[in-house]
Amino acid sequence: MTTSRIAQAGAIATGGALLAWSAVAHADFALNMTPGATAISHEVYGLHMLIFWICVVIGVVVFGVMFWSIYHHRKSRGVVPAQFHESTLIEILWTVVPMLILIIMAVPATKTLIRMADARDAELTIKVTGYQWRWHYQYLNENLGFFSTLSTPQAQIHNDAAKGEHYLLEVDQRLVVPVGKKIRVLTTASDVIHSWWVPALALKKDAIPGFINESWTLIDKPGIYRGQCAELCGKDHGFMPIVVEAVPEAEFQQWVATMKASKLNTLTASGGKTL
Amino acid sequence: MSTAAAPALDDHDHDHHAGPSPGLIRWLVTTNHKDIGTLYLLFSLTMFFVGGAMALVIRAELFQPGLQIVNPHFFNQMTTLHALVMIFGAVMPAFVGLANWLLPMMIGAPDMALPRMNNWSFWIMPFAFTLLLSTLFQAGGGPAGGWTLYPPLALQTGNAFPFVILAIHMMGISSIMGAINVIATILNLRAPGMTLMKMPLFVWTWLITAFLLIAVMPVLAGSVTMLLTDKYFGTSFFNAGGGGDPVMFQHIFWFFGHPEVYIMILPAFGVVSQIIPTFARKPLFGYASMVYATSSIAFLSFIVWGHHMFTVGMPLAGELFYMYATMLIAVPTGVKVFNWVSTMWRGAMTFETPMLFAIAFVILFTIGGFSGLMLAIAPADFQYQDTYFVVAHFHYVLVPGAVFSIMAAVYYWLPKWTGHMYNERLGKIHFWLSVVGVNVLFFPQHFLGLAGMPRRIPDYALQFTEFNMISTVGAFLFGFSQLLFLYNVVQTIRGGAKATDQVWEGAHGLEWTLPSPPPYHTFTTAPEVK
Ligand code: HEM
Ligand SMILES: [Cu+2]
Ligand SMILES: [Cu+2]
Repeated sequence: MTTSRIAQAGAIATGGALLAWSAVAHADFALNMTPGATAISHEVYGLHMLIFWICVVIGVVVFGVMFWSIYHHRKSRGVVPAQFHESTLIEILWTVVPMLILIIMAVPATKTLIRMADARDAELTIKVTGYQWRWHYQYLNENLGFFSTLSTPQAQIHNDAAKGEHYLLEVDQRLVVPVGKKIRVLTTASDVIHSWWVPALALKKDAIPGFINESWTLIDKPGIYRGQCAELCGKDHGFMPIVVEAVPEAEFQQWVATMKASKLNTLTASGGKTL
Repeated sequence: MSTAAAPALDDHDHDHHAGPSPGLIRWLVTTNHKDIGTLYLLFSLTMFFVGGAMALVIRAELFQPGLQIVNPHFFNQMTTLHALVMIFGAVMPAFVGLANWLLPMMIGAPDMALPRMNNWSFWIMPFAFTLLLSTLFQAGGGPAGGWTLYPPLALQTGNAFPFVILAIHMMGISSIMGAINVIATILNLRAPGMTLMKMPLFVWTWLITAFLLIAVMPVLAGSVTMLLTDKYFGTSFFNAGGGGDPVMFQHIFWFFGHPEVYIMILPAFGVVSQIIPTFARKPLFGYASMVYATSSIAFLSFIVWGHHMFTVGMPLAGELFYMYATMLIAVPTGVKVFNWVSTMWRGAMTFETPMLFAIAFVILFTIGGFSGLMLAIAPADFQYQDTYFVVAHFHYVLVPGAVFSIMAAVYYWLPKWTGHMYNERLGKIHFWLSVVGVNVLFFPQHFLGLAGMPRRIPDYALQFTEFNMISTVGAFLFGFSQLLFLYNVVQTIRGGAKATDQVWEGAHGLEWTLPSPPPYHTFTTAPEVK
C-alpha cells in the first residue's frame, strides 16, 4: 500500500466516521447514557462523562503522536531510523502522570460511591425478589406485595403482530413509588441470581438467593422509568422487565389503598405472607 | 546426543530423531515442538471457525427485534459455547502453538524441555472439545448459563453438565502441562549467553503467562468440581439453602477469571513487541520497562477480580479497594502502549501485513483499555455492568487485541515456518476487511450498552434496533473475511515465493538465523549468544 493510498483510506475512514457520528447524534435512538432522574444518577452520568473525556484526550494525544510518526517516519520517505532507546526520565514521567490522572478520577468516584452506599433514613422500604422470570415487589411498610410480569404479547415477540412502542419494556403491574422520598430497595431472589436494574435511577443490584442486598433511590420527577434484568437467569432472562412509576405522594397513597384491596395483593389474598 | 563410542546406539537414535515418522501417525506420536506447534495452531484455527459460526448465529438472531432464527434456550447455549470455544479453544491454544514453534528457536534450544508431555498436552484438547461440543446434541442441549458458570443457574444445566465440567478439567490439565513445559524450557534450555534479560519479549511474556496459568487453572478446576458435587453429591458449597454461598463461586471464579484475561493478552504483548521493532527498524524503546510492566500487570491481575462483581453487594471498603486496584492496572498497561509508540517514533517504518495488524492492535487494544478504565470506576460500572458496554470492552481487547496479535504473528513467522512468502496483497486485503469489520461489529456495542441494552438477551427493545443491525453487518463482514486468511495460509503452506532466512529486513533474533523453513531439528548444538 502506497503512502497516498493509506492517507486516502485514512481520510475516507475519518470522514465516514464523522458523518456517521453526526447522523447518529441527530437520530432519536440512544447513543449515550442518560443523566437519569435522581441526584445520584446525575452524579454517575457526570463521572461517566468525565472519564470518557479524559480517555478521549489521552487517546487523541497518543494516537496523534502515533499517526504523525506513521506518516513521517516511514521508510518510503527515505528516513534513516534512529537507534535511541531507554530514557529513565521519560519512563518516570509516563508512569507518574497517569498516576496523577487516576487520582483525579478516583476522588469524585469515591465520593459518589460513599453516597450510594448510605441507605440510612429511608422513608419507605421495598423488597424486590427475582423469580424465573418475573419480579415480586413487597412494600415492607404496608401489607402489600404483588408480581410484575412482562405484558408484551407473545405474538409481537414471534413477529405475528406489529411491535408496540414499549416492546419488551412493559409489565402488567408497575412498581409505583412516591417522588421526593428516600426509598430503600432490598433485592433478593428465590431461584437463581437476577439483577434489578433501572438505568434512570443508576440503580443496579444483584438479586441473589439467600442474600438481601440493600440500595436506595430518591426520585425527583414523576415519570415512568423502564429497566431490565441484568444478570443472565435462564431462558427468559430477556423477558423480565422492570417498570417504575414515580407519582406524587397523594396519588401513591391512593394507589396503595386500591392495590391492598385488590386480589393481586399476594400478601393478603392468600391469607398471609406467602413470599 | 551420546558420544561416538556407541555407534550402534547412535544409529538407533538416528532412526528415531532424524525426521518425522511417516504418514499420519507422525502427528499422533510426534514429540517435535514444530509439529506440535503446527497441531495447536491448526486446532486453534478450526475452533476459531467453530466459535465464529456460533457468533454469527447470535448476531443473526440479533439483527432485528423479535425472535426469528433460534429460541432463547438455544441462544443461551450459543453465547455460552461461543465464549468457551473462543477462549479455551481458539485464543489459548493459538498462543501455545506459537510458544511451541517459537520458544525453542528464540532461546536456542533443540526442543521443548518435556516433549512427551507436550504431545499429551495437545492431544487432550481434541477430546476435551469433542466432549464439550457433543453436549449440543444431547437431550436438553448444551450449557446455557454463560461461560462464567454462575450457580445456581449453572446447576440447572441438564445432562450436559458433567460433560462440560470434565471438558473444562481436561482443558485445564492441558494448559497446566503446557505451562510447566514453557517454564521448564525457558529456565533450563537457554543457549549459553542467553541471559534472562536478553530474552526476546515474546519469551518473557510467555514465561510470566505460564506462571499465571499454573496459579489459576487449579483454582478453576476446584470451583467447577465444587459445582459438580453441589449438583450430584448433595454438597452445598454454593447453595444458600444448605448454608453455602453463591457469591463465593463468583469470587473463586474471578480469581481465576481475571488472570485468565491476562493469560490471553500477555503473549499478545510479546508478539507485538517483536513485530513493531522489526518494521520500525529500531530497537524496542524500553526493553527493561516492558519486562517490569508485564510483571506488574501479572501481579496486579491477582488482586482486582472484584471488579467483575461490583453489583453483587460487596461492602464499601471492598468496592473501593477493587476500584483503586483496577485503576492501577492502567498504569503498566499505559507504559506498554507508550513504549510501542516511542519505538515507532523516528523509525523507518514499512507496513507489511504483520505490521498493519500490530498497529491496529496498539490502537484498538488501547480503546479496549480505555473502556476498561471506565469500567473500573465502580459507581459508573453499576450502569455498565452486564450491558453491551462490557461486551464491547472485552471484545476490543480480545478480537483486535489478542486475535489480531495472533494473525500478526502468523503472517510474521509463516515465511519462517513454511519457507514461503504469503501473498502480501491478499494479506493486506484481509487486514483492511478485518479492521473495518471488527469496528463496525463492536464499536456500536458501546452505544448499545450505554443506552441500556443488557448482554446475553436474544431479543431487545426497539430503540436498540439500528446499532444491532450495524453490528450484525460488521459481524458477517468480519467473519467471512477470515476465509481469506484461511486461503492465504493454506496457499502459503502449499507453495509460494521462496522466503529468505531473515525474511524481514529489520528482523533480529535467533529464529531468523535458521534456514526457512527450519530443519526438523534445530539448535541440536546450542548457538553462542553474545
Ligand atoms: C486497562 C486494562 C483493563 C481494565 C482496567 C479492565 C477492566 C475491566 C472491568 C472493570 C471489567 C468488568 C466489567 C463489568 O462486568 O462490569 C472487565 C471485564 C472484562 N474484561 Fe477487562 N479490563 C482491562 C483489560 C482487559 C484485557 C487485556 C482483557 C483480555 C484480553 C480483558 C477482558 C475482559 C473480559 C473478558 C471481561 C468480561 C468478562 C465477563 O463478564 O464475561 N480486559 N474489564
Ligand atoms: Cu435475568
Ligand atoms: Cu477483570
